[in-house]
Formats: sequence, C-alpha cells, structure tokens
Amino acid sequence: MTTFDLLLQQTINGLSLGAMYALLALGFTLVYGILELINFSHFNVFMVGSFVALFVLQAFGLSGQEVILTGLPLFGVLLVAFIGTMLFSGALGLAIERLCLRPLRNVKGPAAMITTIGVSYILFNVILLTIGADSKNFPNPLPVIRWKLAGATLDFRVVLIWAIALLLMAALYIFVQRSRIGKAMRATAQDAEAARMMGVEVDKVIVMAFFLGSALAGAGGLIFGLYYNFTSFIIGFTAGLRAFTAAVLGGIGNVPGAMVGGVLIGLIEAMGGQFIATAWTDVIIFSILVLVLVFKPAGLFGRIAPSKS
Amino acid sequence: MILEFKNIDTHYGDLHVLKQVNYTIGDGEIVSLLGGNASGKSTTMKTIMGVVRPTRGSVVYQGQAIERMPTAERVRRGIAPVLEARRLFPRMTVFENLEMGAYLRKRGPEFDQDLERVYALFPRVKERRNQIAGTLSGGEQQMVAMGRALMARPKLLCMDEPSMGLSPIYVEQVFDIIQEINKQGTTIFMVEQNANMALSIAHRAYVLQTGQVVLSGTATELRQNPLIREAYLGEMQVAV
Ligand SMILES: Nc1ncnc2c1ncn2[C@@H]1O[C@H](COP(=O)(O)OP(=O)(O)OP(=O)(O)O)[C@@H](O)[C@H]1O
Ligand SMILES: [Mg+2]
Repeated sequence: MTTFDLLLQQTINGLSLGAMYALLALGFTLVYGILELINFSHFNVFMVGSFVALFVLQAFGLSGQEVILTGLPLFGVLLVAFIGTMLFSGALGLAIERLCLRPLRNVKGPAAMITTIGVSYILFNVILLTIGADSKNFPNPLPVIRWKLAGATLDFRVVLIWAIALLLMAALYIFVQRSRIGKAMRATAQDAEAARMMGVEVDKVIVMAFFLGSALAGAGGLIFGLYYNFTSFIIGFTAGLRAFTAAVLGGIGNVPGAMVGGVLIGLIEAMGGQFIATAWTDVIIFSILVLVLVFKPAGLFGRIAPSKS
Repeated sequence: MILEFKNIDTHYGDLHVLKQVNYTIGDGEIVSLLGGNASGKSTTMKTIMGVVRPTRGSVVYQGQAIERMPTAERVRRGIAPVLEARRLFPRMTVFENLEMGAYLRKRGPEFDQDLERVYALFPRVKERRNQIAGTLSGGEQQMVAMGRALMARPKLLCMDEPSMGLSPIYVEQVFDIIQEINKQGTTIFMVEQNANMALSIAHRAYVLQTGQVVLSGTATELRQNPLIREAYLGEMQVAV
C-alpha cells in the first residue's frame, strides 16, 4: 500500500473508532454540563451495554460468526438490539443517578465524583464475577461486503457504524436544540439557578441527561462489539478514558465539541497506530490532550464561563 | 394583598441575612426595595422565588403560605423574576430566552399574544430575536430579561436592580416600561440602588439595612425623609 492508501485506510478506521468515542463522550459532556460532575461510572455503563447487546443478539439465536443476515431480518435484529441495549443502559444510568448520586446532590467536595468511581468498580466486578474474565465472542450477523476505495478497503460494517452513529448524534442534537426539555437542559447548563427561576425542575433535567448519556453509551457498547467482534469486562476503562479525553478535548459540556473530540481521538488512535506504534497510542493521545489544554484550557470548542456581572 | 413577608429570617449557613423582615405588597402596586450593598435585597428576591428558603417566618402569596413550595410551582402561580445582572442564558438566542420565560406554559394563542406584547414593548428585542443573547449590549439584555419575565404572564414581577449598569437614556426607558407594565395590571416589587428613579415611579418603598427594614412608607414620604435624602438621593454627597 502507498502512504496515501494507508492514510485513507486509517482515516476510515479512525472514523469508526471516532464514532464510538463520540457516542461515549456525549454522556460525559451532558452530565458535566449540568452537574459539573465527572461521571466515571459512565465507563462501565458502556461495558455493561456491550454485554446487554451480546445477550440480545444471543436471544435471536446469534452466537458465533456463522449466521449472516440481510435485508429486513438484519434491520429488525439491529433495531431491536440497539433499542433494547439503549433502554437497558439508560435505565442503568437512571438507577445510578437516583440511588447513588441524588442523595449527594447538595454535598460539596469530591463525594459525588468518588461515588461514580465506586459505582464504576462495582459494575466492573459484578460483570467479572458473574460472566467471567474471558473475552466473549460477539456475534457478527453482518454480510461481508467490501468496496475498494483507491488502495483502501471500505467495509459494509464500517459504513453501518457510521450511519448509526450519525443518526444517533443527529437525533441527540435535534433533541437538545429543539425539544422543550432539551432547551431546559441547555438553559440549566448555562445558568442553573436562573433556569430554576423560569420553572425548570432541575432534577428532571439531570435525569434526562443521565438517561440520554447512558443510552448512547449502550449504543457505543453495541458498536464496540460489532467492530471488534468481542467484548470483555475490561473494555470500559480504555475506551472510557479515551472518550472522556475526547469530551475534554472538545470542551467538556459542549455537545458538538464532544462529537468532534471523539472523531479526533479516533483518528489520532488510528494514525498513531499506523505511523508510530500501537503501543504508543495512549502516549500520543494524552500528549495531544495536554498540549491542547495548555494552549486552550477550555478545550477546542469550550468557552470559559462568562462572569456573572 | 398579593404578597406578604411575615417575620422572615434567612440564613446562608451561619450568616444571618434577613432579620425579622416584614413586607406587604398590595395588588397592582409598584413597591421598591432600597438599601446599600449586601443589605439582603437579592436575598429577599430569592426568598420570594424559593431558591433560598427562610429559616423562620412565612411568605404569603395570594393568601397562601408558600415558603415550602417548590420554585416551579411559584412560577406557575404567577411569580416571575427579572434577575440581578440580567442572567440571560448567554448561548441561547433571544427568542429561546423568551421561550424559557414561558417554560411552564403551553404554546398557543396565549403564548403568541404575550410574544406580540413583548415585541410591542421592546421593538429592539424583536429585531434581535435570532441573535445569541450573550452578544447583546447590556441595555438590550435588560430588555430581554424583562421580556423573558413577561412571557410567564406574571401577576407579581420581582425585579432585582433593573437599572444596573445602564446608561441614563436606557434607565429612563426601562423605568417608563416598568410603569407601563404596571398599568397593564402587573404588580411590581423592585430592588433598586437608584433611589431617585425608583421613588419617582414607586407607590411605596422599604429601606433595608443589614437585613432589617429600617424605614418604610409611601414614595412621597420617603422622598421627604432626611435620612433618605442624605443616604440615597445624594443630596449631601454622602456615600452609601
Ligand atoms: N449564596 C450565598 N452564600 C453565602 N452568602 C451569601 C450568598 N448570597 C449572598 N450572601 C451574602 O448575604 C449578604 C446579602 O447578600 P444580598 O445579595 O442579598 O445583598 P444585596 O442587598 O442584594 O447586595 P447588592 O446591592 O450588592 O446586590 C451578603 O453579605 C452576601 O455576601
Ligand atoms: Mg443584590
């Protein structure tokens, strides 16, 4: 392959990873925007989501790589898998908020953040102890279709991942921009006390942020399985940390920023792996993060909060 | 009587801000709350809205004690704020800010009517409806803040320093419009540092000093009061 072909191929790969990181980064940004809380449990909501997706696919009788679906059956299975996974992950996010974080709502200091780390480890260990340490094969019912793009290969699977991620992100964006509760979410993120005095019930807004973010993390978990053909109890920390980095890179609290940050991290990972060395991926990603933050502390698209006078 | 404070105490932690405060605000009045910095004026407004809870005493709105009522319910019953320093949602458009004012109300003919009313009072707001609120000038932002509150179709409008940071021309415009809003039937409780202007449109006023009401009366009475003339109307050049 020529350098150009490699670049093209890694762009394709990077955009797929980026789509997944972007979905995951949105959950960090939605919650942070409203609560100024870094929600580390999000890492493993994503991981649990990938197992839920696995079980849904298994329930359709898909287990190995051998069953290939096309047309309406494929569409139906994917639709049910995505909706099921997203609802379950969303509910998990709601439970975490209600049981572990709401009681700490008015506690100052790091209590809430530490709690999210605790919840993250609980999820991690529950999956480890109930499902086991081996990675699990993830069914891949997608037909193998490949297109040549110059010297690079474009997989049907990749196109599908892009389409689904774009659809979900567009839906989220429109929801946040246009719906009544979406506007309340933005208003609360910009000035929570003022939003309250407009009649916004901030608890409802927080619940919505957790639900949406966790549901997208579930979708990310399903996409992880489809992309890598496996899942395991450890996937939350690596992917979660990179997605969190994506959110910070884009400007935490900023919805389009999280999407762009996710895609950037995906591209950096793919290019770094190709042109430097896979083992150096995290060094590269976090060096770029540090560089960006030194020069733009609020991230690429973040805004330093305006002063209140 | 639309609103009454009965022996209200408000604390922030150990800090005792409002001390045994009583106010009564009649239906249709403009009542002004004067006082120096840190005297508890904004805390009064927050206590009315319910984002700060009094530690003792009762807040009565339309004959009903509301001190334990959630903020949203107070808004639903017709109390709306114009917040200190405007506090628009800076990255939302002017129109979205107005929509947030009507957050608890249905979209429909009433919403459209109120929007038209706001646009009629503030033609500038209509012109700027698609602009990002944070990019407006201070005076324009004040217009939007007032428009936003009116979109709640309030019975009681609580304004915290509507003239703050405005040039004299804007100040006059703002006070004219406050009077106009009042004539259209809205009761107004207004915090002001600009005592001169406030007393020129208010029916009555209270003076708050370190959390205590030290003076109250009709605007005419207060304008004659030597203490007020000295401390707030600047006649003897004494700083507040
Ligand atoms: N959230 C808070 N937590 C702790 N103390 C507060 C809080 N809000 C206000 N205070 C304190 O309460 C006192 C009264 O504040 P308040 O904002 O009511 O004053 P104000 O009369 O509105 O003053 P200004 O004219 O400067 O706006 C001040 O000493 C202030 O520092
Ligand atoms: Mg104040």
